[in-house]
Amino acid sequence: MRHALSLLLLLVWSALPIAFAQTADLNDAQLERYHELNAELRCVICQNRSIAESDAPLAKDLREIVARQLAEGRSDDEIKAYLVERYGEWVLYDPPFSWSTWVLWLGPFVLLFVGLVFVIAVMRGRYRAPEPRPPLDRERLARVLKSHEAGPDDTDKDRS
Amino acid sequence: MRWRLIMPVVVVFALIVMLGYGLTRNPSELPSAFIGKPAPSFDLPTLDSDRERITDAAFQGSITLVNVWASWCVACRAEHELITEISRRTGVPVVGLNYKDTREAALRWLGRYGNPFAVVAFDPAGEVGIDWGVAAVPETFVVDRDGTIRYKVVGAITREEMNDTLIPKLRQLKQAS
Repeated sequence: MRHALSLLLLLVWSALPIAFAQTADLNDAQLERYHELNAELRCVICQNRSIAESDAPLAKDLREIVARQLAEGRSDDEIKAYLVERYGEWVLYDPPFSWSTWVLWLGPFVLLFVGLVFVIAVMRGRYRAPEPRPPLDRERLARVLKSHEAGPDDTDKDRS
Repeated sequence: MRWRLIMPVVVVFALIVMLGYGLTRNPSELPSAFIGKPAPSFDLPTLDSDRERITDAAFQGSITLVNVWASWCVACRAEHELITEISRRTGVPVVGLNYKDTREAALRWLGRYGNPFAVVAFDPAGEVGIDWGVAAVPETFVVDRDGTIRYKVVGAITREEMNDTLIPKLRQLKQAS
């Protein structure tokens, strides 16, 4: 058992340099940017995953490219531009605001506005100001009170 | 008061039309970033020999079909005879880009199924593939005389695509000169 465990540890230990080989040249700040960039870039084959999440060979290649260009001192925008040039704006999870993406950016706010207008319209219709009360009919009130005083238990008797 | 009855119907109808349109589209088909742009430059050994090299200068002066393929790619096998047919029917030479493959396997594949390529560039690391925006093999590019990419097919070419789009496109480009 102890042998198995130490063997496992040895295996994991020897695999570590392989796992980090492509990012070995990066300092801490670059490594942070590396992870941020990978999460913002979409994998072109395995759609709806970022290249950070994907195991596809192409995603691995792209991660290597990101690491290499970071090590060369390129800026985030330059690296993104490099990939957009090849795969189109599609690779960006945060596409820039342009004529083809304005629906994407403004659509939700337009929908929210339309929804608000609709809700306000409906609420106004439903909670219309109450009808003005009819003036107090004092004569009728006096009559009702009088009949009640005369026989307060008349109505209750039937029920019990 | 009537609009309250009509509005939900209109909204639902609009939704149905939009969702229906969404169904007709293939989300894995991405708009290409390359149409109308010059073909990315490259300098690679040929599949036959490390000493021979092919560069993007090969595109100058003639319309070319560039087919990215690999021996491990099943879809490439499926479109293989169509590539041969396109080249035969239009007289357009096909330049192969062998992607992430080994020489041995690629040459064996060509030996078994026939070689439709005028020349094959050998790209075992897939670096030129990335420059060309290749997401998955096969991909096919139509390159004009001046080295501009005019059209791109992602995935295996189908017979309909060949007859309806590719061959007319190649003929039209040929006539344009």
